[in-house]
Amino acid sequence: MTTGFGAAGMLTPLVIGDVLGALDSVGVPIPQLLQMADNIAFIALAAIGLTIIFGMMGVINLAHGEFIMMGAYITTLSVNVASIPLPVAMLLGALGTAVFGAIVERTIVRRLYGRLLDSMIVTFGLGLILTQGTRIIFGNSLQSIGTPFGNVPGYTYSGYRVLLLFAAIAVLGAVYLVFTRTEFGVQARATIQDPETARAMGVDTDRMYTITFAIGSGLAGLTGALYAPSATIVPGMGQSFLVESFVTVVTGGSSVLLGTALAGGILGTINAIFSNLYGNFIGQIALLITAIIVIRLLPDGLTGLAATIREKIGERQ
Amino acid sequence: MTDGRLPSRLDGIARKLNGPNTLGNSKAFWLAFAVGMVGMIAYPLVRGSYAAGQTSLFLVYGLLALSLSLIWGYTGILSFGQVAFFGIAGYTYAIVSLNLGGAFGQTVALPVAVGVATLAAFVLGYFMFYGGVKNVYVAILTLVVTLVLETFMAQTAGSEWAIGSVQLGGFNGIPGIRNFALGVEGASFSLSGSGFYWFVLTLLLVAYLGSRILVNSRFGYTLVAIREDAERTTMLGYNVKRVKLAVFTLSGALAGLSGVLYATWGNYMDPSVFTIVFATIPIVWVTLGGRESLLGGIVGTIIIERLRLWFSVNASEFAIVFVGVILMTTVLLVPRGILPGIRDGYVFFSEHGIRKGIERGRGTIQTRIQARLESVGVGGSETETPPSSEAVRE
Repeated sequence: MTTGFGAAGMLTPLVIGDVLGALDSVGVPIPQLLQMADNIAFIALAAIGLTIIFGMMGVINLAHGEFIMMGAYITTLSVNVASIPLPVAMLLGALGTAVFGAIVERTIVRRLYGRLLDSMIVTFGLGLILTQGTRIIFGNSLQSIGTPFGNVPGYTYSGYRVLLLFAAIAVLGAVYLVFTRTEFGVQARATIQDPETARAMGVDTDRMYTITFAIGSGLAGLTGALYAPSATIVPGMGQSFLVESFVTVVTGGSSVLLGTALAGGILGTINAIFSNLYGNFIGQIALLITAIIVIRLLPDGLTGLAATIREKIGERQ
Repeated sequence: MTDGRLPSRLDGIARKLNGPNTLGNSKAFWLAFAVGMVGMIAYPLVRGSYAAGQTSLFLVYGLLALSLSLIWGYTGILSFGQVAFFGIAGYTYAIVSLNLGGAFGQTVALPVAVGVATLAAFVLGYFMFYGGVKNVYVAILTLVVTLVLETFMAQTAGSEWAIGSVQLGGFNGIPGIRNFALGVEGASFSLSGSGFYWFVLTLLLVAYLGSRILVNSRFGYTLVAIREDAERTTMLGYNVKRVKLAVFTLSGALAGLSGVLYATWGNYMDPSVFTIVFATIPIVWVTLGGRESLLGGIVGTIIIERLRLWFSVNASEFAIVFVGVILMTTVLLVPRGILPGIRDGYVFFSEHGIRKGIERGRGTIQTRIQARLESVGVGGSETETPPSSEAVRE
């Protein structure tokens, strides 16, 4: 499989292999560590698009899984049919889903602001149409494009899956920069906090909602694109992200970045431990129980906990 | 119905059935209802036992829709988990009835299965409502629980997954569940075809009338108060958590009853009842029919299931697309559902008379079109604002 990632892509697994070798020699349990990294990356990437739309707009996008599927489909089709290099194809997957998200916001979600449960139901309906529509058009599965890079040297573990952890960190970092350091980010957050005042200050709030929704959708598409090489490409593939992403939103709370990062880290670790010991199902159950315990103790999720700690530190100073 | 000509006890029941929380309190409604019931009762005699057996599935689903109307339409708690209780009861019924065997086993299995589903709803409800889980989070958690159940049941294919003599069977599920029977060995009667139809119809009628009495009682007023403003209801001194738990448990029991009947209707039980598609279907029924109306869910069920049956025969791959389209268009165009829509139309025309009503209706449509055109001209929606995430949390 040609990777198209260039020299850096060829080097990274080797570098990772060296680092892991060094860690192994001091007695760190490498396979477990890799599994954990994989789980954390999966959970953070699965949830990020959903949390942006929920955290910024208060809308639960139940077609989230289908947006992920769409990203994966665009990527896979670009590679298989048009022979576009994989990185470009991934970009196309993210962009295509973002455009689709913008259209959905303009035509559907916009009418349902303030009717939270209704927007859930409508996006659910959209998800059903997308899944089945994909099945009707493209059949029951697509030929997979294969995982680049092979295994991490010295281990039976896919190097590409390890890279996804770095991708997850990069995505979270980029989201942080966009929403805190750019003009758009400031305007978007102003819109969320106080739409009336934001409008009075000359912010085009309608545009902000559209762009925010598009970014959330685009990130879901990117997640699909990133997992396209290592997943089975079927119309229902979005569902395999659903449980993890919703549990993360519930656990993380409304803060997009902090919530996702914290919840992703904690849930990923828990999932890795329980999946390794008792299998996939118990892993999911563990996630669910963790979510219920977290909500029981922290009604605002981990975000609320972080805010409380920040306040306490502020008081002390 | 309260004109004093009825004997006083009947009068009392009639009074309890009617109230502001149900659509259709007029004599005209009850007359139409009675005519409809006669038609439903006569259906097997006209169409035969086989058709009645097929149609009884719609009535079984009607119970499931009723359970969702109570919890979602009246209390404002969107539960994707009704199918979970439905499935739990179906599986329990299969396991208990096949282990015990015979008519007696089936008679015992019914209350046991409904009891297990009720308990499951109680436990889940306790953790959610006493854990302070609200709004969308309830919807998400119930959905996640359902999906996790699917994962669990789908991996029970191995022979180690057996309860008593019954294999859980993974994806293939449990076959060989017998038609429902009541009684003990030697003195029992089995229900199939028309008999099963009438049995389910009776249960549905009792459940419907019982739910009417419930929502028009003080308890029902509390439910609606919680739907409209849970915090204010708490401030007025109601134990909102307990009421939510009670209605969630009750609707879990109703869904469980529906699940038992489903298992005996199809003679099998498999994990497809826990899938995301099946979890959506009750929401489609209730949305279409009108969630703030008990009859709406049942009517919506019959319409949708009739159409789904048509699709599964003629264009099976488009059935799910159709469900999605119905769901989206109903929420966007008729957000309250068709039954409340019909009621509004009826009230409108009976107040204004037909000719005046049409004129006024035309006027309203013109103003709406004008408003829409203006809003497009200005460049969008001034009043539509999403709530901040804090507001959503509350």
